[in-house]
Amino acid sequence: MSDLTLPMVRQRPLDPPDKIDELRHQAHMHRMTYADGHVGWLVTGYAAARAVLADPRFSNRPEKMHPPLPGRMELLRRQGFKPQPGLFLRTDPPEHTRYRRLLTGQFTVRRMKALEPRIAEITEECLDAMEAAGPPADLVQAFALPIPSLVICELLGVPYEDRARFQEDARVLFNLEAGLEEALAAIGSTMAYLRDLIGRKRKEPGDDLLSGLVEGGELDDEELTGVGFLLLIAGHETTANMLGLGTYALLANPGQLALLRADPSLADNAVEELLRYLTIIHLGPLRSAEEDVEIEGNLIRAGETVTLSLPAANRDPARFPGGDTLDLTRPATGHLTFGHGIHQCLGQQLARAEMRLAYPALLRRLPGLRLAVTPEEVPMRSDMSIYGVHRLPVTW
Amino acid sequence: MEIKADTTVCIGAGMCALTAPQLFDQSEDEGTVLVLQREVPAELEDTVRRAVNLCPSGAISAS
Repeated sequence: MSDLTLPMVRQRPLDPPDKIDELRHQAHMHRMTYADGHVGWLVTGYAAARAVLADPRFSNRPEKMHPPLPGRMELLRRQGFKPQPGLFLRTDPPEHTRYRRLLTGQFTVRRMKALEPRIAEITEECLDAMEAAGPPADLVQAFALPIPSLVICELLGVPYEDRARFQEDARVLFNLEAGLEEALAAIGSTMAYLRDLIGRKRKEPGDDLLSGLVEGGELDDEELTGVGFLLLIAGHETTANMLGLGTYALLANPGQLALLRADPSLADNAVEELLRYLTIIHLGPLRSAEEDVEIEGNLIRAGETVTLSLPAANRDPARFPGGDTLDLTRPATGHLTFGHGIHQCLGQQLARAEMRLAYPALLRRLPGLRLAVTPEEVPMRSDMSIYGVHRLPVTW
Repeated sequence: MEIKADTTVCIGAGMCALTAPQLFDQSEDEGTVLVLQREVPAELEDTVRRAVNLCPSGAISAS
């Protein structure tokens, strides 16, 4: 038996939790006790994490997982909660393949490049508004959240005026401390909103992704609602936290910030390194073994749940030497922040496009950018499944 | 070095087109891998090896 439970609080805001740091230096895989008493695994090594993510002998279906933390996941499982059709992230092939195939053409490298002028425009408009109103400002509300929110809304064809509703629902869903009823209400509210929106698109289709899916005729309304939910919620809290926490990390590393400010062509590499170094996915992903699988000499038995610590894997010195340091010039591609295997993030090229435009624009427009509070006063998102800053008070 | 691609396992992540745009693109409709040039010029062999390593679904190989 193991008495290890999953640590979530990052004692130093930019580094993995101390206990994870200690474990990853001892071994790549560890026995870990789950919230329901199940003894499964915690993976902290890069090669082992990548091997699990690429291995078709692991399932991603929620009903097969034991919850790593106490809370609503455990309650949902006990109640036999059935996920909405179309939430294809938590499915396996061939179900997953069918949904993914319908969407991949919309998120190609080329299509995301074609969106860049519009993303640049949105970024400049956010900075105009921030300059006009400030200083000071909360960078999350003025910059980090609205850019990805506007972009995903335009792409999907969701009216941006309705954002207050699903931004709040997304906040509840990613909050690890939210209760079961609160979480179910947030899911229900966004689902109801999307069901109505899809009904409207069926009558009056526009030139957007959801209308395209409606007209494609492959998915029924419930599936369309699930797909819309996944894309809308995933598009909100991920890039937003990369922009917020990434700016905090740059301000905490002025030498690196100066490098990026002096040479905007460093942006592509800087984005990869920030993704690796910060690894905002700090709970999971999880997988469940469908049969006995041996990874690095450890036998994972059928039915056992595996939690992958991506913040630890992305700092594995065997893959990223000196990985505890932020170095915007390091070759950082190959990090696991977007996952690996068949579930690797569908929106990763969109996220890259947003970040490689937003960071240099922020540094160019606000040359005096600095924290308006001490670094210790910035509230960190240890209580959320996506890590980041709750607020980032800045001045310039 | 020659590139092989299997569109039946490709998930359209686009890592190949991002890493070696001279040799890889993605189809308009399904987003799956398109090989623009099967024969790899010597100076791009390392880049192609990197693209193969980054492919999340094992859809491309080169030998």
